[in-house]
Amino acid sequence: MAALLDPEMAVPAGLVDARGQPAGRRFSVYRNNVAGSLTDVLAAGFPVLEKLLGAAYFRALAGVFLRAHPPQTRMMMLYGADMPVFLAGFAPLAHLPYMADVARLEQALRESYHAADAAAHDLSALGPEPFMAARLVLAPGVRLLRARHPVLSIWRANMEGGPAPRMQAEDVLIVRPEFDPVAHVLPTGGAAFVAALLAGDSVGAAFEAAGDGFDVNVVLGLLVGGGAIVGLKEDL
Amino acid sequence: MVDAVTPALPNGPGVGYKAQHFNDILAAPGAVTWLEIHAENYMGDGGRPLAQLRHLAERFAISVHGVGLSIGGEGPLDAAHLARLKHLCDWLRPASFSEHLAWSTHDGAYLNDLLPLPYTPATVARVADHVDHVQSVLGRRMLLENPSSYLAFAGAEMAEVEFLREVAARTGCGLLLDVNNVFVSAANLDFDAAAYLADFPLDLVGEIHLGGHFVDADDHGAALLIDHHGAAVVDPVWALYADVIAKAGARPTLIEWDNDVPDWPELVAEAARAAAILVPA
Repeated sequence: MAALLDPEMAVPAGLVDARGQPAGRRFSVYRNNVAGSLTDVLAAGFPVLEKLLGAAYFRALAGVFLRAHPPQTRMMMLYGADMPVFLAGFAPLAHLPYMADVARLEQALRESYHAADAAAHDLSALGPEPFMAARLVLAPGVRLLRARHPVLSIWRANMEGGPAPRMQAEDVLIVRPEFDPVAHVLPTGGAAFVAALLAGDSVGAAFEAAGDGFDVNVVLGLLVGGGAIVGLKEDL
Repeated sequence: MVDAVTPALPNGPGVGYKAQHFNDILAAPGAVTWLEIHAENYMGDGGRPLAQLRHLAERFAISVHGVGLSIGGEGPLDAAHLARLKHLCDWLRPASFSEHLAWSTHDGAYLNDLLPLPYTPATVARVADHVDHVQSVLGRRMLLENPSSYLAFAGAEMAEVEFLREVAARTGCGLLLDVNNVFVSAANLDFDAAAYLADFPLDLVGEIHLGGHFVDADDHGAALLIDHHGAAVVDPVWALYADVIAKAGARPTLIEWDNDVPDWPELVAEAARAAAILVPA
């Protein structure tokens, strides 16, 4: 089995062609199918990473990755969850430390895309005081990323022709209004606010956690606009 | 183990569903009467893939084709994976479920390819146990597909058709006959495809696959055909298929095109070619 993942290993004994000669290249068909199909899965899942590194480099990188982290799941839609950790420790790319953050964002977008559906909850009947005391249930497709690099600006520059990124940290909120995940850069305090909501704190407590200078209306607007508030914990 | 409630696939042409064809399928299905999906692509929790599948299932009979069960594997079947498959079949109520005579996992790692096994009495027993397990969990009869082979096992003791017949006899499963796989294996292992098909238990065939392959060469310059599902079905495979239909009668027939996927009209044209053989003018 290991020979299927490692091209340095010999073809296992007992595998032959129609004349009983050793299988040789015939075994490589399986070897190539394994590596090729897994590489295609990774390329589909990490398009910006592939664009940043170039297709040839990406395929070589995928070859190293898939041998170090062969799939533990048969659901290929999420294969590659270890890519950020792998990249963070991959010495040849140590001079490009934002690559791991890009991989984290792309994996979060894949997770959001396949997350369970949930209908938005109507909060309009809730007065200010009950609202501040409420503990919100966020949609399964919500993801929060705190990155040391301008990860969403890099993603947009490559996927949507956005402007060149400015080198600064970015906190990113992913919501999924219907089927397509949408990512936003969060303002100051936004990540602490959303993290507190995800941890089950009340809106009031999350607001406290966000600290000074936090514009709660901007972030609530992103959450409501993205259909990300799907219930109240009190109602569960 | 036949599930009397579930409708069978129509005895017409179907195609492998690709998301890029979603709107075309609904607008202009042409000769296409049913769709096949890969089970593993619909095991997510939600989102567009499942929403589109629910929509298509209102209009078309659906065949669920698994690629990840590793029925030919040495160890027990993955219980979590089988549970996900059961969940999919329970809500979708597909017209058919099929899997491959192959293995794809080892020591917990999944290799995302259909790997071959030697045909022996011991492997018959193992595969039959796994098929029994799948059928009892799903509560339905499954179809088992013949593989495409690139090499042989020195330790093999049985022919492939004998192996499939024996597994079907022990488990009551049906068979999925992939005519392109027969053509590919015959070229690679130097046997006669027509003789293989003459021996094949056509009464057990619940579905036929037709796909394209790629022609390469081995270390000795001998032809090495690779089943890549990335091209049109070749004429000799159409001829073998026509012989099978003439002998067996119409069967649900899938055009399998998974790589370098063509535009919808080209896929419909392949389905129409199958339709012309299924129902001669």
